[in-house]
Amino acid sequence: MVGGRSWRERTFNVTNVVIMIAIMIVTIYPFWFSVVNSLNTGDNLVRGPIFAWPREFTWASWATVMSDPGMLKAAWISGSRTVIVTVISILYTAMFTYAFSRSYLKGKKWYVAIGFTSMYFSGGLIPSFMLLNWLGLYDTYWVYIIPALFGGFWNVIIFNANFKAIPEALFESAKMDGANEYTMFFRIVIPLSKPVLAALSVFTAVGVWNDYGATLYFTQSADLQTLQYLILKLIQSSNAVEQMANVAGANNAAVEALYSKAQGAGIVTARTLQLAAMVISSIPMVIMYPFAQKFFIKGVLLGSIKE
Amino acid sequence: MAKGATQGGIPTANIKRKKTFRLGHDLRTQLELMTMLWPAIIIIVIFDFIPMSGLLMAFKAYDPISGFKGIFTSQWNNFENFMTIFRNFEFWPMVRNTLGINLLGSLIGIPVTLIFALLLNEIQNAKFKSFVQTVTYLPHFLSWVIFGGLFITLLNPDGGIVNFLLLKLGLIDEAILFLGEPKYFWGIAIGTNLLKEIGWGAILYLAAMAGIDQSLYEAAAIDGASRLKRMLHITLPGILPTVMILVIFAISGMLNNNFTQIYVLQNSLNMPTSQVIDTYVYRTGLGQFQFASATAIGLMKSVFALALLLGANHLSKKLTKSGLF
Repeated sequence: MVGGRSWRERTFNVTNVVIMIAIMIVTIYPFWFSVVNSLNTGDNLVRGPIFAWPREFTWASWATVMSDPGMLKAAWISGSRTVIVTVISILYTAMFTYAFSRSYLKGKKWYVAIGFTSMYFSGGLIPSFMLLNWLGLYDTYWVYIIPALFGGFWNVIIFNANFKAIPEALFESAKMDGANEYTMFFRIVIPLSKPVLAALSVFTAVGVWNDYGATLYFTQSADLQTLQYLILKLIQSSNAVEQMANVAGANNAAVEALYSKAQGAGIVTARTLQLAAMVISSIPMVIMYPFAQKFFIKGVLLGSIKE
Repeated sequence: MAKGATQGGIPTANIKRKKTFRLGHDLRTQLELMTMLWPAIIIIVIFDFIPMSGLLMAFKAYDPISGFKGIFTSQWNNFENFMTIFRNFEFWPMVRNTLGINLLGSLIGIPVTLIFALLLNEIQNAKFKSFVQTVTYLPHFLSWVIFGGLFITLLNPDGGIVNFLLLKLGLIDEAILFLGEPKYFWGIAIGTNLLKEIGWGAILYLAAMAGIDQSLYEAAAIDGASRLKRMLHITLPGILPTVMILVIFAISGMLNNNFTQIYVLQNSLNMPTSQVIDTYVYRTGLGQFQFASATAIGLMKSVFALALLLGANHLSKKLTKSGLF
C-alpha cells in the first residue's frame, strides 16, 4: 500500500488478523467439536465433555453408522437423487437458457412473463401437496426428481449473464455452416461455459443433498427417507427423550434400529452415534465446497458484474 | 446481423437475399428452440401454476376428503377462513415471532457481515485472506439439520460447551436448557443464522469491492486520507448498490422465515417464541389437515410479501437510485 507503515497502521493490521482468527474459530469450532466427540468412546464422554482432541479414540461410532442398513439406504436415496437432479437440471436449464437467449426466438415476451411469474408467485405448500397427491407422485421416489428437473429462473438469469460473454459471431458462422440449435448448444455453449456449469452444479448438488423438506412434506414410507431427514429424526428423538417432551420421531423404525445398537455397549452411545451421523453426512459437502469458491467467483460473479 | 453482412464484400445478389432471409427466423430453427423451451414451461405450469388454483381454497369451505377437484366444487364461505385465523390466539404471537426474528436478524446480520467484509478486505496477505474466506463459508454448505444439530449439542445442558464455559467462568450457577426456554429462541435463531451465513455473505461484498476503481484509493492516499477514511468514503459508497439489493431482499422476505432452520431448532418447549408462519402452515396444514386455513395464511403472506418487495424497491430507487427492477 501507499505510505509508510506507521505505528497505527501496524496496530490495525494485528488487531484485524486477530479478529479474523477469532471469527474463523467461532465458525469452524462447532464442526470440530462434533468430529472429536464422535471419535471418542461414549462412556468416556459421560465423565466430562471434551473440546479439542478425543480422550479415548475409537472409530466405533463411525463404523456403526456406516454399516447401519437404514443409514446406507438413506445415503443411497440422498446420493442418487442428488446426482440425477444435478446432472439433468443443470444441462437442461443451460439448454433452456440458450434457447431463451437467442435474439431470433419468437414469442420471447411470453417466456419472460411465465418465468417472472414463477419467480415471485406460487400456490404454497398445501396446494402443492394436493397436486402431487392427485398426480400420484406423493410417497414415490419420483417426487424427488420430476418437480426438480428444471432449475428455475434464478439459474436462468445466472446462465444468461454468462452466455452473453460468448461472441455472437461464433453462432452466426456456425449457423451459416448449417449447424442446428442443438449442435450449437453442445459444441459452442457447453465448452465455453464450464465455470458457470461447475458453479451451478455445486450449488444444485448442495441444495439437493441438504434438503429435507421434500421428504418431510411429500413422503411417508421409511424406504424413501433421505439422510438429512433421518438425522433430523435422530436429533428430534434424542431431544424428546432428554426433554421429556412428546416423542417426535421415536416411532421411526430406522432411528430405533440404530439407537438399539447403542444400548448396553459402552463405546457407542446415542450421542456419539448422532454426532457421527452428522459428521459423516456432511463429508461430501466438505469435500466439494472449496471448489465452489473458485467457480463461484469465476462463473457466477464475473458474469453478473460484466452486465 | 444482416447489417454486418453488407460490409463484408458479399455479392449484391446475396445482399438482397439477406434482407428478406434473416438468420434463425426459419421454421425449423424455431421448432428446435421450442423443443428446448417447452419441457420447462410444462414443468412450471404443472408444478407452479396449477397449484396456484389451490389458492381458491382460502375462500371456500374445503373438505380434504374431496381431493384436488374439491377445490373447484366446494362452496364459497364468505372469508370465514380468514376470520378463523384472526380469532386464533396463536395468530398474533406467530406474526410477532416471524417479524421479530427476521427484522432483528437483518438489522444485526447485514451490518455485521458488512463490517466483516470491510475488515477482511483490509487484510494485505492474499493467501490469508482467501483462507479466512474458505473457512468462514464452510457452514453455508452444511445443511440446517447438521448445523442446527451441532448447536443443539453445543447448547445442551449435559456436556455442551456453552454451559460448560458459562459454569466454569461462574457466569451461571446451574446449566441452562437453552432450547427449552422461550426467551432464548430468537437469539439462538439469529445467532446461528449469522454464524452460518457470514462468510458467504461477505463474498458478495468482497466481489463488489474488487470492482471499485483502484485509482480512487491511490488518489485518496496521496491526498492523505487515512485507511478508515478510505474505507468510509470509497469502499462503502462503492458497494452501496450491492447492500441495497440485499436490503430489498431482506425487506421483501420479512414474512418468509427459514423453515429448514426454525423447524430443526423448534421443540414443544420453545414453541411460544419459535412458532412462525411457515412452521404453522406446515404443522396445521399437513399435520392437522386444516387445508383451507393454512392456505389462507399462505395467501395472506404472499400478498404482503409482494407489497413489501414493491415498496422496498420503490424506496430504494428513490433514496439511492438503484433497485432490483
